[in-house]
Amino acid sequence: MSTRTSPARDYIFFAIFSVAVLTMPIWLEPIGAGYPDLLQKFAIFGLFATGFNILFGLTGYLSFGHAAFLGVGSYTAVWTFKLLGMNPIPAVIMAIIASGIFALAIGYVSLRRSGIYFSILTLAFAQMSYNLAYSVLTPITNGETGLRVLRSDPRLFDGNGGQEGPLIANLFGVEMTGWGGFYFCAIILLIGFFIAQRIFRSPFGIMLRAVKTNQNRMTYTGLNPRPYTLAAFVISGMYAGLAGALMCITDPLAGAERMQWTASGEVVLMTILGGAGTLLGPIFGAALIKYFENIFSAFNEQTLHEIFSFLPDFIEGPVISVAGLFVGEGWHLTLGVLFMLIVIFLPGGLMEGVSRIGKLFKRSSGKSEPNRATAPAE
Amino acid sequence: MDVIILQLLNGLDKGGAYALIALGLTLIFGTLGVVNFAHGALFMLGAFCAVTFNKLLSLEIVTTDPTKTTAWGTPLEIRTPYIEAYLGDFGNWVLNYSVPVSILLAIPVMLLFGFIMERGLIKHFYNRAHADQILVTFGLAIVLQEIIKSIFGANPIPQTAPDAVRGAADIGAALGMDPGVIVYPYWRMVYLAFAGAIIAAVFAFLQFTTFGMVVRAGMADRHTVGLLGINIERRFTIVFAIAAVVAGLAGVMYTPILPPDYHMGMDFLVLSFVVVVVGGMGSLPGAVAAGFLLGILQSFASMNEIKAILPGIDQIIIYLVAVVILLVRPRGLLGRKGVMEN
Repeated sequence: MSTRTSPARDYIFFAIFSVAVLTMPIWLEPIGAGYPDLLQKFAIFGLFATGFNILFGLTGYLSFGHAAFLGVGSYTAVWTFKLLGMNPIPAVIMAIIASGIFALAIGYVSLRRSGIYFSILTLAFAQMSYNLAYSVLTPITNGETGLRVLRSDPRLFDGNGGQEGPLIANLFGVEMTGWGGFYFCAIILLIGFFIAQRIFRSPFGIMLRAVKTNQNRMTYTGLNPRPYTLAAFVISGMYAGLAGALMCITDPLAGAERMQWTASGEVVLMTILGGAGTLLGPIFGAALIKYFENIFSAFNEQTLHEIFSFLPDFIEGPVISVAGLFVGEGWHLTLGVLFMLIVIFLPGGLMEGVSRIGKLFKRSSGKSEPNRATAPAE
Repeated sequence: MDVIILQLLNGLDKGGAYALIALGLTLIFGTLGVVNFAHGALFMLGAFCAVTFNKLLSLEIVTTDPTKTTAWGTPLEIRTPYIEAYLGDFGNWVLNYSVPVSILLAIPVMLLFGFIMERGLIKHFYNRAHADQILVTFGLAIVLQEIIKSIFGANPIPQTAPDAVRGAADIGAALGMDPGVIVYPYWRMVYLAFAGAIIAAVFAFLQFTTFGMVVRAGMADRHTVGLLGINIERRFTIVFAIAAVVAGLAGVMYTPILPPDYHMGMDFLVLSFVVVVVGGMGSLPGAVAAGFLLGILQSFASMNEIKAILPGIDQIIIYLVAVVILLVRPRGLLGRKGVMEN
């Protein structure tokens, strides 16, 4: 896919993508996704997955602990609110710095190993942070209750207790809920996407791909892969921290549960569902998963009944009880099944599926390119 | 001194569970070269075999006794489990011993499940990247966990140990110390003995049978064994099933210690991976030793005296040990040189 790129193409692509993201409220309206809370999630998790993809998609290092950075970003953002005031800009900056430092420390240790050891090390660090957030660090994280902004907090720049109404982030008067929040997240997503695109096209990105393709050969060429992978790890940690900060900007509450390994698993799934190593795939995957999560978990017996009412009664009963396993509370089951199906049948994710279909059409029109079929999927 | 013995004992039973799970993980990894993230789910399935067995046995007949009435004036209901009604005292005995007896149910179930899982899923992942193996087994673990959750609910289901071993032994008194200082439940001793027996059985099986010899040869050099005309894949499938049984039995016997719930598998899995890594990837004695070692370390770290100096250490000790080990001695405590060092 990277064979047919040029700067001009990239800018056009980015422009189309920007228009698509900013007009999401309009074109997602017909499928029932055109409301701000869900679109905020699309943008936030899209950003999270984009960052994860810089590490996993480019270098092939599978981190199972990225949720820890999300949590660090969240806590930092809420603390910035508490100390400096409800403006999201300092929160975003502080969250990026804090998660970057955190990622540097964890990455420095974890990246000494590769393969499965790396996965286990990151998992161990994430579990460690999660356990600490729940127990000893309660003064900082407020444990199970979750950290929130209180009226009694100092908030240096917007004063203490002066204003009425709920405490929500506002950017120079624009409240960061609803559409305001969505456009804030969307613009940050676009910035993040642009940076990711530049990384993909840069010599640095090529180096990262070299790490994935053959690390030994890279070492023999006289290049030390460690600084490159560490940089990728820190960058993707910063993306995760940024996503965590955005979560708190749209809803100023940080809880430890978003650091759990299931959250790390979710971002892995988003990335591979869309297609690891592709630019658009992870964002696409994140949006799909959040969309279906939203739809499926709202289902209950009653809605299922309406959907399957065309079936005769004796079939309808069993069908509903089986389908009932997968919706509502059982949404995670659907997620697990989806996970397995994607890994088994479509390891390259949906983007690979799209390109396969595209190739199919090309072949039928007589312009087949046999060499490209054997090239490894990125 | 007495505190040390007490913590040592407390660590042993948890260490036993870690050792059994890690043993299975290492077996699978050593033979098939597959990283099985669903192994914790197998442990959980075993535990729920015990729950299912107990539930089946406790199905009750409700009869009414017209001669007696309750405080509300309705006829007294007498509930008798079916098994007691039909089999009398023996039925009662089975009900009492439902946890150990459910091993009889767990062995075939886990064997079958392990077999199907290997043939149906793992087989296709021998030659794929480790990341793919991790992801697909991770997905399977979620699926199993959610199925159990939808059947048994999200709350832990307590299981009781048989009456005969329900109490606790005053070990301190037996060793000539003050009574009441070192009190250790009988069931944990049973678990410890059980774990020891299973571990010994697995090692004996690998060491003294022809089958075990072939498996060990296959672990060392799979290709050559295949060239000798031995169907190594079939043996490895059986090894996978055995590993599943070991994890399942560890789960069955652990139910009286920890009431099983749907996410117990994942909780144990993360720790068991750490155990495998500390022990040395591919080293069976390493897995067992590290299992007990980490169980004991964890129990020492949860002592109040230590927590007072280093708060929160009990939560992170295992991970800390793993990090230090991986950095200082990457191949683990007993790992062989060159086995999965990258």
